[in-house]
Amino acid sequence: MGPGLRRGDESSSEIHTPHKHPLPTLLSRCYTPAMRMIIASLALLTAFPAVAAPIRVDINSGIAQPLPIAVPGFATAAAQPTEAGTTAELGQRVAKVISDDLRSSGLFRPIDPAAFTTSVSVPDVTRPQFANWRTVAAQALVTGTVTANPDGGITVGCYAYDVFSSEELARQGFVTTAAGWRRAAHKCADLVYSRLTGETGYFDSRIVYVSETGRKTKRIKRLAVMDQDGAGHRFLTSGQNLVLTPRFAPNQQTITYMSFEGNRPRVWLYTLGSGRQQAIGDFPNMSFAPRFSPDGSNLIFSMSTGGNTDVYRLDISSRQLTRLTTQTGIDTAPSYSPDGRRIVFESDRGGSQQLYVMNADGSGQQRISFGDGRAATPVWSPRGDLIAFTRIGGGRFSIGVMKPDGSGERLLTNAYQDEGPTWSPNGRVILFFRSARGGPVDLYSVDLSGQNERKVPTPLDGSDPAWSPLLP
Amino acid sequence: MTVFYVNKEIGMSQRLLSLPLIAALAITVSACATKKKDLPPPPPTATTPSTPGTGLDSGTGTPPVAGVGNANIPGSAADFAAQSGTDTVLFQYDSYEIDDEARTILGKQAEWLARYPNVRVTVEGHADERGTREYNLALGDRRATAAKNFLAAQGVGTSRMTTISYGKERPVAEGSDEAAWALNRRSVTVVASAS
Repeated sequence: MGPGLRRGDESSSEIHTPHKHPLPTLLSRCYTPAMRMIIASLALLTAFPAVAAPIRVDINSGIAQPLPIAVPGFATAAAQPTEAGTTAELGQRVAKVISDDLRSSGLFRPIDPAAFTTSVSVPDVTRPQFANWRTVAAQALVTGTVTANPDGGITVGCYAYDVFSSEELARQGFVTTAAGWRRAAHKCADLVYSRLTGETGYFDSRIVYVSETGRKTKRIKRLAVMDQDGAGHRFLTSGQNLVLTPRFAPNQQTITYMSFEGNRPRVWLYTLGSGRQQAIGDFPNMSFAPRFSPDGSNLIFSMSTGGNTDVYRLDISSRQLTRLTTQTGIDTAPSYSPDGRRIVFESDRGGSQQLYVMNADGSGQQRISFGDGRAATPVWSPRGDLIAFTRIGGGRFSIGVMKPDGSGERLLTNAYQDEGPTWSPNGRVILFFRSARGGPVDLYSVDLSGQNERKVPTPLDGSDPAWSPLLP
Repeated sequence: MTVFYVNKEIGMSQRLLSLPLIAALAITVSACATKKKDLPPPPPTATTPSTPGTGLDSGTGTPPVAGVGNANIPGSAADFAAQSGTDTVLFQYDSYEIDDEARTILGKQAEWLARYPNVRVTVEGHADERGTREYNLALGDRRATAAKNFLAAQGVGTSRMTTISYGKERPVAEGSDEAAWALNRRSVTVVASAS
């Protein structure tokens, strides 16, 4: 067993309905019934102040002015034991995860808890002593409670405040298994991110990637999954077979990837619940570069026949195979638009690797990338507004974005070799892998401002990342 | 996990979403273990391909005599490499053109294969690391196919040959410089089985 091979928190799928609210008296606020209905039906935020608070994080400004935010340990009425530790311990850990999530976005600057002038008791959660938080120059406050439930689970209450206006910004509760405390923390961080940026969050999500080790000439590659912050790392395959380019299905229960099992390089499916691995078909030629359609019913991938590589679509249930490109050349790395109506791919039909867009049935193929060098590995943003890709030129490999019509190209990174972008669920952050010259291969993230570049921790080297949608 | 929105009334909550947790991660690594073969396939045994023995005389059409100055078994992978000079053909950057040097090498390989008509080969295609993963898989396929097609034009039956691309996954040289990349842009003719 390797590091973090098991996680207990997802072994239980029981749904808990809170019978009564575990939180103490809450601040009363003025909501119109219509407003509450809208809030609930949109599944957005809970506790809008009647007047919009001035506090807001500009997501497009990068790390220029990260928002000072205080995330003190979550309170508990009494330290009660759970299978994951006492509620007091969980309160500290939940706050740490939230703090780390927010910091990693580059948009927030969590204040060192050592500077806090006070700890938070249960009554403080709903009636914060705002003066204490102003003295440490916090502009926002995230606080909450952890309570043990009779069934062994926990309830995590999550509250966000505007410190200067003393206004509540949002609140939400999460009932989970004790071991599920991390996900509750990620959901709380997503709530804060969402309320303060106006964008949906991305912290409660996972990454599948290829874990690498060993000499270049005998590289061992294994599929692995982990939470977006690196926690809960787990290997999926043993390393006996070379595996490449894993991608999540929209429901996150299945991963499609390429395996050289049996010296027959082709596209496979890995079912997370059972660990079952299955080739998608008995095609005579190499199939590779697979991705799911947004509804999960189809796979698109490349297949090579006699030196010519085209893009194909496979209907997963009927196994019907449709060839989408026919031109001579290498047509590969296809990726659907989020509405499923178009596909972006790379082709060297014009002489070098460039990006092309076509309709989902293969019609209307049109080149969208121009300029110096090559453009490769396009991936359509889940928002639909941008395509991330690898720009190759001048002996450098960069991660860039462009609009689906090819305009507005921007390069976000520049390195010896950056490659293989994948989008965060909210389309604001890009994960990719970076190969140092003669050195390690690692996962990195960068936001759309291009400023918040971070190495993503993995136990071994890492490549071919794919970000999941937000977890359900 | 259940997510609920906290109402202002005491002791009330509004459940909005039921969130069955993913049961996905209950698997263990043992579920993944298979008895499948490792990659890459074992290289030709014993002798180094790049050191042709003194008995190399591939132009005569006469198989060498085993045991006399040459330890290779006629028709074996080692014999193939020794007699052909090398099992490997190199390519220019992003090219799958069979150049003059490659023609000479593949010509010798074809002669050897003509002598052992029951031997099957796998032609591997490889790329250097300076390309994206998917493209390099396709480029490796182009190189393997180009070498295979050349052998076929020399009379080697296509039913005796299969191709496989490893893209940039299996370099022979570990460096990150032009010398290493040049060695890694290659096709390798691997004797898969003898009769």
